[in-house]
Amino acid sequence: MNTTTFRTDQEFFIDPQRCIGCHACEMACAECETNGQQPMIHVDYVDRYLTPQTSVQVCMHCEDPTCAKVCPADAITKDEFGVVHSANHARCIACSNCVQACPFGVPRKITPMDLMMKCNLCYDRTSVGKRPMCATVCPSGALYYGTREKMRELRPNSTPVNQFRFGQQVVKTKVNIMMPKGATELVVDAQ
Amino acid sequence: MFSTLNIRAALIAGTATLLLVAAILVGSRNLNNFDAALVAYLFGCIFACFAVVYRYCVWLQRPPTWKYFVRGWELLFSRHFVPYVLELVKHLFTQFIGQKFIRNRGTARGVGHMLMAGGCTLAFAVTFPLVFGWVNFQLKPGGIDTYEVYNFGFKVMEFPLHSWVAEALFNALNWSAILVIAGVMIMMRRRLTHAGQIAIQTFEGDWLPLLLLLAISLTGLGISLDYKFMEGKAHQFMAITHAITVILFLIWLPFGKFYHIIQRPAQFGIALYRKAGEAGPQAICPHTKLVYDTKLHVDDVKDVAAEIGFNYARKDGTSHLDYSPQGKRALLAKAHLKARQDSGAFFG
Repeated sequence: MNTTTFRTDQEFFIDPQRCIGCHACEMACAECETNGQQPMIHVDYVDRYLTPQTSVQVCMHCEDPTCAKVCPADAITKDEFGVVHSANHARCIACSNCVQACPFGVPRKITPMDLMMKCNLCYDRTSVGKRPMCATVCPSGALYYGTREKMRELRPNSTPVNQFRFGQQVVKTKVNIMMPKGATELVVDAQ
Repeated sequence: MFSTLNIRAALIAGTATLLLVAAILVGSRNLNNFDAALVAYLFGCIFACFAVVYRYCVWLQRPPTWKYFVRGWELLFSRHFVPYVLELVKHLFTQFIGQKFIRNRGTARGVGHMLMAGGCTLAFAVTFPLVFGWVNFQLKPGGIDTYEVYNFGFKVMEFPLHSWVAEALFNALNWSAILVIAGVMIMMRRRLTHAGQIAIQTFEGDWLPLLLLLAISLTGLGISLDYKFMEGKAHQFMAITHAITVILFLIWLPFGKFYHIIQRPAQFGIALYRKAGEAGPQAICPHTKLVYDTKLHVDDVKDVAAEIGFNYARKDGTSHLDYSPQGKRALLAKAHLKARQDSGAFFG
Protein backbone atom coordinates (compact mmCIF):
# COMPACT_ATOMS: atom_id res chain seq x y z
CA MET A 1 0.00 0.00 0.00
CA ASN A 2 1.27 3.39 -0.96
CA THR A 3 4.52 1.78 -2.12
CA THR A 4 5.79 3.91 -4.91
CA THR A 5 8.06 3.54 -7.87
CA PHE A 6 7.89 7.23 -8.74
CA ARG A 7 10.64 7.90 -11.29
CA THR A 8 12.62 10.90 -10.16
CA ASP A 9 14.50 11.02 -13.49
CA GLN A 10 11.25 11.88 -15.31
CA GLU A 11 9.97 15.43 -15.49
CA PHE A 12 6.97 17.22 -16.90
CA PHE A 13 7.57 19.75 -19.70
CA ILE A 14 4.80 21.94 -21.06
CA ASP A 15 4.95 24.15 -24.13
CA PRO A 16 1.70 26.16 -24.34
CA GLN A 17 2.74 27.42 -27.79
CA ARG A 18 2.27 23.91 -29.13
CA CYS A 19 -1.25 23.52 -27.79
CA ILE A 20 -3.76 23.13 -30.63
CA GLY A 21 -6.80 23.07 -28.36
CA CYS A 22 -7.83 19.52 -29.29
CA HIS A 23 -8.91 18.68 -25.71
CA ALA A 24 -7.46 15.17 -25.97
CA CYS A 25 -5.60 15.83 -22.71
CA GLU A 26 -8.87 16.77 -21.04
CA MET A 27 -10.49 13.51 -22.09
CA ALA A 28 -7.45 11.55 -20.95
CA CYS A 29 -7.30 13.45 -17.66
CA ALA A 30 -10.83 12.30 -16.90
CA GLU A 31 -9.48 8.74 -16.92
CA CYS A 32 -7.32 9.48 -13.88
CA GLU A 33 -9.00 7.69 -10.99
CA THR A 34 -7.52 9.90 -8.31
CA ASN A 35 -9.64 12.71 -9.78
CA GLY A 36 -12.84 10.73 -9.58
CA GLN A 37 -13.00 10.77 -13.39
CA GLN A 38 -13.17 14.55 -13.52
CA PRO A 39 -10.78 16.38 -15.86
CA MET A 40 -8.42 18.61 -13.92
CA ILE A 41 -6.40 19.98 -16.82
CA HIS A 42 -7.35 23.36 -18.26
CA VAL A 43 -7.56 24.00 -22.01
CA ASP A 44 -8.50 27.60 -22.75
CA TYR A 45 -8.88 29.98 -25.62
CA VAL A 46 -6.59 32.80 -24.53
CA ASP A 47 -8.65 35.58 -26.12
CA ARG A 48 -11.36 34.03 -28.28
CA TYR A 49 -12.30 37.21 -30.18
CA LEU A 50 -8.78 38.18 -31.16
CA THR A 51 -6.83 34.99 -31.69
CA PRO A 52 -7.22 31.23 -32.13
CA GLN A 53 -4.46 30.78 -29.55
CA THR A 54 -5.21 28.10 -26.98
CA SER A 55 -3.29 27.21 -23.88
CA VAL A 56 -3.00 24.20 -21.67
CA GLN A 57 -2.38 24.30 -17.94
CA VAL A 58 -1.56 21.50 -15.54
CA CYS A 59 -0.66 22.00 -11.89
CA MET A 60 2.91 23.26 -11.84
CA HIS A 61 3.60 21.69 -8.40
CA CYS A 62 5.26 24.72 -6.83
CA GLU A 63 8.25 24.30 -4.55
CA ASP A 64 6.53 26.61 -2.05
CA PRO A 65 2.88 26.16 -2.96
CA THR A 66 0.75 29.24 -2.27
CA CYS A 67 -2.38 27.06 -2.38
CA ALA A 68 -1.14 24.99 0.57
CA LYS A 69 -0.02 28.03 2.55
CA VAL A 70 -3.35 29.86 2.24
CA CYS A 71 -5.40 26.76 3.03
CA PRO A 72 -7.07 27.34 6.40
CA ALA A 73 -7.65 23.62 6.89
CA ASP A 74 -4.12 22.30 6.24
CA ALA A 75 -5.69 20.16 3.54
CA ILE A 76 -3.04 20.51 0.82
CA THR A 77 0.27 18.71 1.16
CA LYS A 78 3.42 18.27 -0.88
CA ASP A 79 5.06 14.84 -0.84
CA GLU A 80 8.71 13.81 -0.89
CA PHE A 81 8.73 13.85 -4.71
CA GLY A 82 7.49 17.43 -4.85
CA VAL A 83 3.98 16.47 -5.96
CA VAL A 84 1.41 18.87 -4.50
CA HIS A 85 -1.66 16.75 -3.89
CA SER A 86 -5.33 17.59 -4.21
CA ALA A 87 -7.00 18.66 -0.99
CA ASN A 88 -7.39 16.02 1.68
CA HIS A 89 -11.06 15.06 1.39
CA ALA A 90 -11.59 14.85 5.13
CA ARG A 91 -10.14 18.28 5.79
CA CYS A 92 -11.09 20.50 2.83
CA ILE A 93 -13.79 22.97 3.86
CA ALA A 94 -14.26 24.33 0.34
CA CYS A 95 -13.30 27.90 1.13
CA SER A 96 -11.73 28.42 -2.35
CA ASN A 97 -8.67 30.18 -0.94
CA CYS A 98 -6.47 27.88 -3.03
CA VAL A 99 -8.53 28.59 -6.15
CA GLN A 100 -7.99 32.33 -5.80
CA ALA A 101 -4.40 32.21 -4.56
CA CYS A 102 -2.86 29.86 -7.13
CA PRO A 103 -0.84 32.10 -9.48
CA PHE A 104 -1.36 29.61 -12.33
CA GLY A 105 -5.16 29.40 -11.92
CA VAL A 106 -5.17 25.64 -11.45
CA PRO A 107 -7.35 24.41 -8.54
CA ARG A 108 -11.07 23.96 -9.07
CA LYS A 109 -13.75 23.99 -6.46
CA ILE A 110 -16.31 21.26 -6.98
CA THR A 111 -19.22 23.01 -5.29
CA PRO A 112 -21.65 20.08 -4.83
CA MET A 113 -18.90 18.10 -3.13
CA ASP A 114 -17.59 21.05 -1.08
CA LEU A 115 -14.15 20.05 -2.24
CA MET A 116 -11.15 21.46 -4.03
CA MET A 117 -9.63 19.26 -6.70
CA LYS A 118 -6.68 19.75 -8.96
CA CYS A 119 -4.16 17.94 -11.12
CA ASN A 120 -1.99 15.73 -8.94
CA LEU A 121 0.33 14.58 -11.69
CA CYS A 122 -1.83 11.47 -12.20
CA TYR A 123 -0.38 10.09 -9.00
CA ASP A 124 -2.05 6.71 -9.51
CA ARG A 125 0.09 6.38 -12.66
CA THR A 126 3.29 8.30 -11.87
CA SER A 127 3.63 6.55 -8.50
CA VAL A 128 4.03 3.28 -10.40
CA GLY A 129 6.40 4.66 -13.01
CA LYS A 130 3.86 5.51 -15.72
CA ARG A 131 3.37 8.82 -17.49
CA PRO A 132 0.45 11.15 -16.68
CA MET A 133 -2.53 10.51 -18.93
CA CYS A 134 -2.45 13.92 -20.60
CA ALA A 135 1.18 13.50 -21.64
CA THR A 136 0.43 10.13 -23.24
CA VAL A 137 -2.18 11.55 -25.62
CA CYS A 138 -1.00 15.07 -26.51
CA PRO A 139 -0.58 14.96 -30.32
CA SER A 140 1.41 18.18 -30.64
CA GLY A 141 4.03 17.86 -27.93
CA ALA A 142 2.59 20.61 -25.76
CA LEU A 143 2.68 18.15 -22.88
CA TYR A 144 5.66 15.87 -22.46
CA TYR A 145 6.73 13.66 -19.58
CA GLY A 146 10.16 12.11 -19.76
CA THR A 147 13.82 12.66 -19.09
CA ARG A 148 15.54 16.00 -19.43
CA GLU A 149 18.03 14.45 -21.90
CA LYS A 150 15.24 13.28 -24.18
CA MET A 151 13.64 16.70 -24.05
CA ARG A 152 16.93 18.31 -25.01
CA GLU A 153 17.09 16.04 -28.06
CA LEU A 154 13.51 16.83 -29.04
CA ARG A 155 13.73 20.60 -28.54
CA PRO A 156 17.32 21.66 -29.18
CA ASN A 157 16.38 25.33 -29.43
CA SER A 158 14.41 25.50 -26.21
CA THR A 159 15.29 25.56 -22.54
CA PRO A 160 13.15 24.11 -19.79
CA VAL A 161 12.43 26.78 -17.21
CA ASN A 162 10.83 26.31 -13.82
CA GLN A 163 10.94 29.85 -12.50
CA PHE A 164 8.11 32.34 -12.92
CA ARG A 165 7.66 35.96 -11.91
CA PHE A 166 4.21 37.23 -11.00
CA GLY A 167 4.52 40.87 -9.99
CA GLN A 168 7.07 40.88 -7.19
CA GLN A 169 6.69 37.17 -6.51
CA VAL A 170 9.10 34.57 -7.84
CA VAL A 171 7.62 31.07 -8.00
CA LYS A 172 9.67 27.93 -8.61
CA THR A 173 7.97 24.78 -9.78
CA LYS A 174 8.51 21.07 -10.31
CA VAL A 175 6.92 21.24 -13.76
CA ASN A 176 8.92 22.97 -16.51
CA ILE A 177 7.79 25.29 -19.26
CA MET A 178 9.69 25.23 -22.55
CA MET A 179 11.17 28.67 -23.24
CA PRO A 180 13.48 30.11 -25.93
CA LYS A 181 17.00 28.80 -25.54
CA GLY A 182 18.91 30.57 -22.79
CA ALA A 183 15.86 31.85 -20.90
CA THR A 184 15.99 31.51 -17.13
CA GLU A 185 12.50 32.55 -16.13
CA LEU A 186 9.09 33.44 -17.50
CA VAL A 187 7.98 36.90 -16.45
CA VAL A 188 4.19 36.76 -16.43
CA ASP A 189 3.42 40.20 -15.02
CA ALA A 190 6.08 42.27 -16.74
CA GLN A 191 5.01 45.64 -15.45
CA MET B 1 10.08 19.70 22.77
CA PHE B 2 9.63 22.88 24.80
CA SER B 3 11.28 25.01 22.11
CA THR B 4 8.24 24.42 19.89
CA LEU B 5 5.68 24.66 22.68
CA ASN B 6 3.00 27.19 21.84
CA ILE B 7 2.55 28.96 25.17
CA ARG B 8 -0.78 30.62 24.33
CA ALA B 9 -2.26 27.35 23.10
CA ALA B 10 -0.90 25.48 26.13
CA LEU B 11 -2.48 28.01 28.50
CA ILE B 12 -5.86 27.83 26.78
CA ALA B 13 -5.72 24.02 26.62
CA GLY B 14 -4.71 23.87 30.30
CA THR B 15 -7.63 26.13 31.24
CA ALA B 16 -10.06 24.05 29.18
CA THR B 17 -8.79 20.87 30.83
CA LEU B 18 -9.19 22.36 34.32
CA LEU B 19 -12.72 23.45 33.41
CA LEU B 20 -13.50 19.92 32.23
CA VAL B 21 -12.13 18.44 35.48
CA ALA B 22 -14.23 20.95 37.45
CA ALA B 23 -17.30 20.08 35.38
CA ILE B 24 -16.68 16.39 36.06
CA LEU B 25 -16.36 17.00 39.81
CA VAL B 26 -19.50 19.13 39.93
CA GLY B 27 -21.51 17.01 37.47
CA SER B 28 -20.70 13.74 39.21
CA ARG B 29 -21.41 15.26 42.64
CA ASN B 30 -17.84 15.03 43.87
CA LEU B 31 -17.36 11.73 42.07
CA ASN B 32 -20.22 10.14 44.02
CA ASN B 33 -21.86 9.19 40.72
CA PHE B 34 -18.58 8.36 39.02
CA ASP B 35 -18.11 4.74 37.93
CA ALA B 36 -14.62 3.70 39.08
CA ALA B 37 -14.50 1.01 36.39
CA LEU B 38 -14.29 3.82 33.83
CA VAL B 39 -11.29 5.58 35.34
CA ALA B 40 -8.96 4.68 32.45
CA TYR B 41 -11.45 6.16 29.99
CA LEU B 42 -11.62 9.29 32.12
CA PHE B 43 -7.87 9.89 31.92
CA GLY B 44 -8.04 9.26 28.16
CA CYS B 45 -10.75 11.93 27.87
CA ILE B 46 -8.81 14.45 29.95
CA PHE B 47 -5.69 13.94 27.83
CA ALA B 48 -7.77 14.21 24.63
CA CYS B 49 -9.33 17.45 25.91
CA PHE B 50 -5.93 19.06 26.48
CA ALA B 51 -4.47 17.85 23.19
CA VAL B 52 -7.52 18.70 21.07
CA VAL B 53 -7.79 22.24 22.46
CA TYR B 54 -4.02 22.72 22.13
CA ARG B 55 -4.02 21.65 18.49
CA TYR B 56 -7.14 23.67 17.75
CA CYS B 57 -5.52 26.81 19.18
CA VAL B 58 -2.31 26.26 17.21
CA TRP B 59 -4.37 25.68 14.10
CA LEU B 60 -6.38 28.87 14.68
CA GLN B 61 -3.20 30.91 14.85
CA ARG B 62 -2.47 30.28 11.16
CA PRO B 63 -3.36 33.51 9.31
CA PRO B 64 -5.89 31.97 6.86
CA THR B 65 -7.63 30.02 9.61
CA TRP B 66 -7.77 33.01 11.93
CA LYS B 67 -9.20 35.16 9.14
CA TYR B 68 -12.15 32.82 8.62
CA PHE B 69 -12.60 32.22 12.35
CA VAL B 70 -12.92 35.95 13.04
CA ARG B 71 -15.09 36.60 9.99
CA GLY B 72 -17.49 33.78 10.93
CA TRP B 73 -18.05 35.00 14.49
CA GLU B 74 -18.26 38.65 13.35
CA LEU B 75 -21.09 37.74 11.01
CA LEU B 76 -22.92 35.63 13.55
CA PHE B 77 -22.82 38.42 16.14
CA SER B 78 -23.39 41.28 13.70
CA ARG B 79 -26.46 43.53 13.82
CA HIS B 80 -27.85 41.76 10.74
CA PHE B 81 -27.42 38.28 12.18
CA VAL B 82 -30.81 36.82 11.19
CA PRO B 83 -29.92 35.64 7.63
CA TYR B 84 -26.66 34.18 8.96
CA VAL B 85 -28.44 32.25 11.71
CA LEU B 86 -30.89 30.92 9.08
CA GLU B 87 -27.98 29.95 6.85
CA LEU B 88 -26.36 28.21 9.79
CA VAL B 89 -29.50 26.19 10.51
CA LYS B 90 -29.86 25.27 6.83
CA HIS B 91 -26.21 24.23 6.68
CA LEU B 92 -26.59 22.24 9.89
CA PHE B 93 -29.37 20.10 8.45
CA THR B 94 -28.25 19.72 4.84
CA GLN B 95 -24.49 19.44 5.15
CA PHE B 96 -23.64 18.62 8.73
CA ILE B 97 -26.39 16.19 9.71
CA GLY B 98 -27.49 15.28 6.18
CA GLN B 99 -23.89 15.17 4.85
CA LYS B 100 -25.11 16.04 1.37
CA PHE B 101 -21.63 17.03 0.24
CA ILE B 102 -20.27 13.57 1.03
CA ARG B 103 -23.12 11.82 -0.77
CA ASN B 104 -22.28 14.01 -3.78
CA ARG B 105 -18.78 12.54 -3.70
CA GLY B 106 -20.27 9.06 -4.15
CA THR B 107 -23.37 7.19 -2.97
CA ALA B 108 -21.59 4.29 -1.25
CA ARG B 109 -19.14 6.70 0.29
CA GLY B 110 -21.99 8.88 1.54
CA VAL B 111 -23.84 5.92 3.05
CA GLY B 112 -20.66 4.52 4.62
CA HIS B 113 -19.71 7.85 6.14
CA MET B 114 -23.24 8.47 7.38
CA LEU B 115 -23.27 5.10 9.14
CA MET B 116 -19.89 5.70 10.76
CA ALA B 117 -20.70 9.29 11.73
CA GLY B 118 -24.11 8.30 13.09
CA GLY B 119 -22.65 5.42 15.08
CA CYS B 120 -19.81 7.52 16.47
CA THR B 121 -22.12 10.40 17.41
CA LEU B 122 -24.44 8.03 19.27
CA ALA B 123 -21.45 6.43 21.00
CA PHE B 124 -20.03 9.83 22.03
CA ALA B 125 -23.44 10.92 23.35
CA VAL B 126 -23.56 7.84 25.57
CA THR B 127 -19.91 7.41 26.51
CA PHE B 128 -18.82 10.89 27.55
CA PRO B 129 -21.67 11.59 30.03
CA LEU B 130 -21.24 8.09 31.49
CA VAL B 131 -17.46 8.41 31.83
CA PHE B 132 -17.75 11.88 33.39
CA GLY B 133 -20.35 10.64 35.88
CA TRP B 134 -22.88 13.11 34.52
CA VAL B 135 -25.37 10.33 33.85
CA ASN B 136 -25.91 7.32 36.09
CA PHE B 137 -28.54 4.67 36.62
CA GLN B 138 -29.88 3.47 39.95
CA LEU B 139 -32.47 0.91 41.02
CA LYS B 140 -35.57 2.59 42.33
CA PRO B 141 -35.68 2.06 46.09
CA GLY B 142 -38.26 -0.47 47.22
CA GLY B 143 -38.11 -2.72 44.16
CA ILE B 144 -35.92 -4.55 41.67
CA ASP B 145 -37.65 -3.83 38.39
CA THR B 146 -37.47 -0.07 37.89
CA TYR B 147 -34.44 1.97 36.96
CA GLU B 148 -33.95 5.67 37.60
CA VAL B 149 -31.81 7.90 35.39
CA TYR B 150 -29.88 10.71 37.05
CA ASN B 151 -28.38 13.58 35.11
CA PHE B 152 -25.87 15.72 37.03
CA GLY B 153 -27.32 14.14 40.18
CA PHE B 154 -30.90 15.12 39.33
CA LYS B 155 -33.46 12.44 38.57
CA VAL B 156 -34.71 12.91 35.02
CA MET B 157 -36.68 9.73 34.32
CA GLU B 158 -37.45 6.19 35.35
CA PHE B 159 -38.33 3.12 33.31
CA PRO B 160 -39.22 -0.52 33.91
CA LEU B 161 -36.31 -2.92 33.54
CA HIS B 162 -38.07 -5.11 30.97
CA SER B 163 -39.32 -2.49 28.55
CA TRP B 164 -38.39 -1.20 25.11
CA VAL B 165 -36.90 1.94 26.72
CA ALA B 166 -34.53 -0.24 28.74
CA GLU B 167 -33.62 -2.27 25.66
CA ALA B 168 -32.93 0.90 23.64
CA LEU B 169 -30.90 2.61 26.35
CA PHE B 170 -28.83 -0.34 27.54
CA ASN B 171 -28.04 -1.40 23.98
CA ALA B 172 -27.30 2.09 22.64
CA LEU B 173 -23.60 1.32 22.34
CA ASN B 174 -24.38 -1.97 20.60
CA TRP B 175 -26.53 -0.16 18.03
CA SER B 176 -23.76 2.35 17.49
CA ALA B 177 -21.22 -0.47 17.06
CA ILE B 178 -23.40 -2.13 14.42
CA LEU B 179 -23.73 1.17 12.53
CA VAL B 180 -19.98 1.78 12.66
CA ILE B 181 -19.11 -1.76 11.55
CA ALA B 182 -21.45 -1.48 8.55
CA GLY B 183 -19.92 1.88 7.63
CA VAL B 184 -16.37 0.62 8.05
CA MET B 185 -17.10 -2.37 5.79
CA ILE B 186 -18.33 -0.07 3.01
CA MET B 187 -15.30 2.19 3.36
CA MET B 188 -12.84 -0.71 3.48
CA ARG B 189 -14.33 -2.19 0.33
CA ARG B 190 -13.82 1.17 -1.37
CA ARG B 191 -10.22 1.35 -0.22
CA LEU B 192 -9.54 -2.17 -1.50
CA THR B 193 -11.11 -1.72 -4.93
CA HIS B 194 -10.81 1.94 -5.99
CA ALA B 195 -7.62 2.40 -7.98
CA GLY B 196 -7.44 6.12 -7.29
CA GLN B 197 -7.73 5.57 -3.55
CA ILE B 198 -5.21 2.74 -3.60
CA ALA B 199 -2.68 5.09 -5.22
CA ILE B 200 -2.90 7.84 -2.63
CA GLN B 201 -4.01 6.13 0.57
CA THR B 202 -1.67 5.62 3.51
CA PHE B 203 -1.84 3.12 6.35
CA GLU B 204 -1.77 5.68 9.15
CA GLY B 205 -3.98 8.19 7.37
CA ASP B 206 -6.67 5.97 5.89
CA TRP B 207 -6.53 2.36 7.09
CA LEU B 208 -5.60 2.80 10.74
CA PRO B 209 -8.71 4.93 11.50
CA LEU B 210 -10.95 2.28 9.94
CA LEU B 211 -9.18 -0.56 11.76
CA LEU B 212 -9.39 1.32 15.04
CA LEU B 213 -13.12 1.98 14.63
CA LEU B 214 -13.63 -1.67 13.76
CA ALA B 215 -11.63 -2.82 16.80
CA ILE B 216 -13.56 -0.50 19.13
CA SER B 217 -16.89 -1.71 17.75
CA LEU B 218 -16.06 -5.42 17.78
CA THR B 219 -14.63 -5.38 21.30
CA GLY B 220 -17.59 -3.30 22.46
CA LEU B 221 -20.02 -5.82 21.01
CA GLY B 222 -17.82 -8.52 22.56
CA ILE B 223 -18.58 -7.22 26.05
CA SER B 224 -22.33 -7.67 25.45
CA LEU B 225 -21.80 -10.99 23.73
CA ASP B 226 -19.75 -12.18 26.69
CA TYR B 227 -22.25 -11.36 29.42
CA LYS B 228 -25.28 -12.47 27.44
CA PHE B 229 -24.01 -15.72 25.96
CA MET B 230 -20.73 -16.64 27.68
CA GLU B 231 -21.64 -16.06 31.30
CA GLY B 232 -18.97 -13.39 31.58
CA LYS B 233 -16.12 -15.87 31.07
CA ALA B 234 -14.21 -13.52 28.77
CA HIS B 235 -15.18 -10.32 30.52
CA GLN B 236 -11.67 -9.26 31.52
CA PHE B 237 -10.29 -9.81 28.03
CA MET B 238 -13.20 -8.01 26.37
CA ALA B 239 -13.21 -5.12 28.84
CA ILE B 240 -9.45 -4.58 28.67
CA THR B 241 -9.17 -4.79 24.87
CA HIS B 242 -12.15 -2.47 24.50
CA ALA B 243 -10.61 0.01 26.94
CA ILE B 244 -7.28 -0.11 25.10
CA THR B 245 -8.86 0.55 21.71
CA VAL B 246 -11.06 3.39 23.00
CA ILE B 247 -8.16 5.03 24.83
CA LEU B 248 -6.01 4.72 21.69
CA PHE B 249 -8.81 6.51 19.83
CA LEU B 250 -8.92 9.29 22.43
CA ILE B 251 -5.15 9.74 22.47
CA TRP B 252 -4.93 9.73 18.69
CA LEU B 253 -7.97 12.00 18.20
CA PRO B 254 -5.97 15.25 18.13
CA PHE B 255 -3.24 13.94 15.83
CA GLY B 256 -4.72 11.73 13.15
CA LYS B 257 -7.59 11.58 10.72
CA PHE B 258 -10.20 11.79 13.48
CA TYR B 259 -9.20 15.41 14.04
CA HIS B 260 -11.48 16.25 11.11
CA ILE B 261 -14.39 15.67 13.51
CA ILE B 262 -13.16 18.70 15.45
CA GLN B 263 -12.15 20.68 12.38
CA ARG B 264 -15.21 20.14 10.20
CA PRO B 265 -17.48 22.74 11.92
CA ALA B 266 -15.24 25.37 10.30
CA GLN B 267 -17.43 24.69 7.26
CA PHE B 268 -20.19 26.65 9.02
CA GLY B 269 -17.97 29.72 9.02
CA ILE B 270 -17.33 29.31 5.30
CA ALA B 271 -21.08 29.11 4.60
CA LEU B 272 -21.68 32.40 6.46
CA TYR B 273 -18.68 34.02 4.81
CA ARG B 274 -19.94 33.03 1.37
CA LYS B 275 -23.38 34.46 2.11
CA ALA B 276 -21.86 37.73 3.30
CA GLY B 277 -19.68 37.92 0.20
CA GLU B 278 -22.62 37.34 -2.13
CA ALA B 279 -24.47 40.26 -0.55
CA GLY B 280 -21.52 42.61 -1.16
CA PRO B 281 -19.61 43.76 -4.24
CA GLN B 282 -18.30 41.15 -6.66
CA ALA B 283 -14.83 40.80 -8.15
CA ILE B 284 -14.55 41.24 -11.92
CA CYS B 285 -11.58 39.72 -13.73
CA PRO B 286 -9.62 42.33 -15.73
CA HIS B 287 -9.05 39.71 -18.46
CA THR B 288 -12.41 37.97 -18.85
CA LYS B 289 -14.44 40.98 -17.66
CA LEU B 290 -16.67 38.51 -15.81
CA VAL B 291 -17.58 38.14 -12.15
CA TYR B 292 -15.54 35.28 -10.74
CA ASP B 293 -15.74 35.61 -6.95
CA THR B 294 -16.78 37.96 -4.19
CA LYS B 295 -14.62 41.02 -3.65
CA LEU B 296 -14.53 40.23 0.06
CA HIS B 297 -12.88 36.89 -0.65
CA VAL B 298 -10.42 38.18 -3.23
CA ASP B 299 -9.30 40.98 -0.89
CA ASP B 300 -9.00 38.59 2.05
CA VAL B 301 -6.93 36.11 0.05
CA LYS B 302 -4.60 38.94 -1.01
CA ASP B 303 -4.22 40.01 2.63
CA VAL B 304 -3.58 36.48 3.84
CA ALA B 305 -1.10 35.76 1.03
CA ALA B 306 0.81 38.95 1.91
CA GLU B 307 0.74 38.09 5.61
CA ILE B 308 2.37 34.71 5.02
CA GLY B 309 5.04 36.15 2.76
CA PHE B 310 3.75 36.05 -0.82
CA ASN B 311 3.94 39.30 -2.75
CA TYR B 312 1.92 39.17 -5.96
CA ALA B 313 1.70 42.97 -6.14
CA ARG B 314 2.52 44.61 -9.46
CA LYS B 315 4.22 47.94 -9.85
CA ASP B 316 0.97 49.65 -10.90
CA GLY B 317 -0.59 48.83 -7.54
CA THR B 318 -2.77 45.98 -8.80
CA SER B 319 -2.12 42.35 -7.99
CA HIS B 320 -1.77 39.16 -9.96
CA LEU B 321 -4.40 37.83 -7.58
CA ASP B 322 -6.92 40.34 -8.97
CA TYR B 323 -7.30 38.00 -11.96
CA SER B 324 -9.67 35.06 -12.13
CA PRO B 325 -8.14 31.59 -12.53
CA GLN B 326 -8.93 31.75 -16.25
CA GLY B 327 -7.42 35.24 -16.44
CA LYS B 328 -4.23 34.02 -14.73
CA ARG B 329 -3.90 31.17 -17.21
CA ALA B 330 -4.38 33.60 -20.09
CA LEU B 331 -1.72 35.94 -18.67
CA LEU B 332 0.75 33.09 -18.55
CA ALA B 333 -0.07 31.96 -22.09
CA LYS B 334 0.30 35.52 -23.39
CA ALA B 335 3.61 35.99 -21.58
CA HIS B 336 4.86 32.73 -23.06
CA LEU B 337 3.76 33.76 -26.56
CA LYS B 338 5.52 37.10 -26.14
CA ALA B 339 8.73 35.42 -24.98
CA ARG B 340 8.64 33.17 -28.04
CA GLN B 341 7.85 36.12 -30.32
CA ASP B 342 10.73 38.14 -28.88
CA SER B 343 13.10 35.24 -29.50
CA GLY B 344 12.17 35.23 -33.18
CA ALA B 345 10.76 31.69 -33.29
CA PHE B 346 7.42 30.39 -32.08
CA PHE B 347 8.76 26.88 -31.64
CA GLY B 348 12.12 25.49 -30.75
